[in-house]
Amino acid sequence: MRVLTTARTAFTALRRNPLRAMLTTLGIVIGVGAVIAMMEIGAGSKAALNKSIASMGANVLVIRPGSASSGGVSFGAGTTTSLTPLDCQAILRECPSIRNAAPMVRTRAQVVYGNRNWVPNTIYGTTTAYLDVQDWSNLALGEPFTERDVLNANRVCILGQTLARELFDGESPIGKEIRIKNIAFRVTGVLSTKGSNMMGFDQDDVILAPWTTIKYRVSGTTLANSNQSTASTSDSVNTLSNLYPADQTSLYPEKSSVQQANHPMPVRFANIDHIMAAATSAAEISTAIDQITEVLRERHRLQAGEPDDFNIRDMAELTRTLSTTTLLMTNLLLAVAMISLVVGGVGIMNIMLVSVTERTREIGLRMAVGARGRDILRQFLVEAIVLCLAGGAMGIILGHGGSLLVQFLLKWPVETSPSAITLAVFVSAGVGIIFGFYPAWKASRLDPIDALRYE
Amino acid sequence: MELIKLHGIEKTYQMGDISVPVLKGISLTIKQGELVALTGSSGSGKSTLMNILGCLDRPSAGEYWLEGVETSKLSTDERALLRNRKLGFVFQSFNLLARTSALENVAMPLSYTAEPLSDSEIKKRAAEMLGRVGLADRLSHYPSQLSGGQQQRVAIARALINRPPVLFADEPTGNLDSRTSEEVLQMFERLNHEDGITIIMVTHDPKVAAHARQVICMNDGLIQNNDPVVSPEQKTPAEIS
Repeated sequence: MRVLTTARTAFTALRRNPLRAMLTTLGIVIGVGAVIAMMEIGAGSKAALNKSIASMGANVLVIRPGSASSGGVSFGAGTTTSLTPLDCQAILRECPSIRNAAPMVRTRAQVVYGNRNWVPNTIYGTTTAYLDVQDWSNLALGEPFTERDVLNANRVCILGQTLARELFDGESPIGKEIRIKNIAFRVTGVLSTKGSNMMGFDQDDVILAPWTTIKYRVSGTTLANSNQSTASTSDSVNTLSNLYPADQTSLYPEKSSVQQANHPMPVRFANIDHIMAAATSAAEISTAIDQITEVLRERHRLQAGEPDDFNIRDMAELTRTLSTTTLLMTNLLLAVAMISLVVGGVGIMNIMLVSVTERTREIGLRMAVGARGRDILRQFLVEAIVLCLAGGAMGIILGHGGSLLVQFLLKWPVETSPSAITLAVFVSAGVGIIFGFYPAWKASRLDPIDALRYE
Repeated sequence: MELIKLHGIEKTYQMGDISVPVLKGISLTIKQGELVALTGSSGSGKSTLMNILGCLDRPSAGEYWLEGVETSKLSTDERALLRNRKLGFVFQSFNLLARTSALENVAMPLSYTAEPLSDSEIKKRAAEMLGRVGLADRLSHYPSQLSGGQQQRVAIARALINRPPVLFADEPTGNLDSRTSEEVLQMFERLNHEDGITIIMVTHDPKVAAHARQVICMNDGLIQNNDPVVSPEQKTPAEIS
């Protein structure tokens, strides 16, 4: 018997009792609909979740200089002066896996406005790229400073929420002048609230300013004094000379021309404390680390076998949270999906069993006119599969419509998932085969004589 | 030519520990083109014999040749194929598929043939067959829209769609009134006479048996008498019983 004929026979049989066929498929419709809706809403929530975890900095890499040591005394991580702003630009230019990178200079100093003062946790000197790296581009007030401010070492800054509260107490800080170590900064913007990070560090207790300004006017660190671990937080008395870049003393003895030819040293005009870079996605982090390592080793003229003069750290804890959350979410959805499909499948099996009993005489007749056991088996199996596929199709429409409705009414993020639709089709056909098999097998094993006499 | 030949057919049902013999050694021969009535009181084993003749059941012992083929040893699938090709069935309760048109009911056995026919040919043959039973204008009617006699004629058309040499009728007039019974029986006679189809009817109604040319009367699992009737028209019910 041809497939087409079998399918047509199945349709004819189902058409004989359309209400019951509808009610039977309802289980599958609801099951598949629930799966599709859950998958789509789930995928949307997952994307939103990923985004919010990424905004905590899961994509962020921190590149710090290596440790300096003198006479066997190590100064700890970040004490050499191997990183320069040019390194940062090179990373951004040459690493395709890096979305953005910002040079960072940090210091700690007292900030004064009027009769109030506060010592923020950190004062960061950076570029506007930092806001992008940290996913912090939405300012609560005002605007960020510009590239030109960075180039000109302009005295402008953006305040964190904590500072705005402590120094201004409800007043708008925009355009006001605050003093950091006696240097006046104009406030151009206020950052949005970010709250504590995972270590309980208040991320809003911060000031952002052009790195050039912080470096040359506030912290006053130069190549001459910065390889002391205390240098960057030096609280030496500010003098006028700190308003302008200090003279740089040379770090190494002057080289002869032969030495210079043998060991070309890059000329460094300025060093920075660390670089923050954002990978294009959490999955790209390891590639990004490799690319940065390659770029920096080349720029720092490191020979093969020589250790790196920098460290790259990723937010391993966050990345792990991200992948665990994703996995948990997927498994949860899958479990719910399976339960509803099994319930739907049992409904199909139930009705098919009733149908086999009800149509015993028809089965007997079909056998009497020459249907073999396998013809009957196929007929009932195809009927079950047709029911399930029809239910699956309706479920896809229902589920998709439902998720669109949820998106429209509740403004939840929703993502159409073609893989869920494909899966639903296969699963509903599979449910048809699995739960349709027993009734069909039972039908095929009927004795034609008994079946014909069945009342 | 001998179409059906039974030799020492026995059938014993097992009811737990007790074995119940229903057929106790039946031997008979039916020639091609016969119109046979199988009669007997209930419990005499005529339905069991009918099932064995119709290849729906297997005898416990004995041999059954249908067109020279020994069928009692065939597998279930082979017997299904045999039923499809060589045997037609008409039942007391018509057994038409509900909410299925007369045409589709008639065409149903064609979907189980070994070599599939095209859709148009299936339709053509089914329509032709319905025309032969006088229902050419009822092709798309559902069984519920047909009278009892018409339903039985649809069932006859269905039984004949594969052009079988033998037609089995199990109480074909049991659910019909006397006038439509007569129509159906006349149709059997015409098919038997014009197309040479061998017809075997199970009945307990002497009026029905009167249409047969050979009456096999069964009693307690054995053939009581096997009367070749010379001319069915001359027979009266009284003479058969």
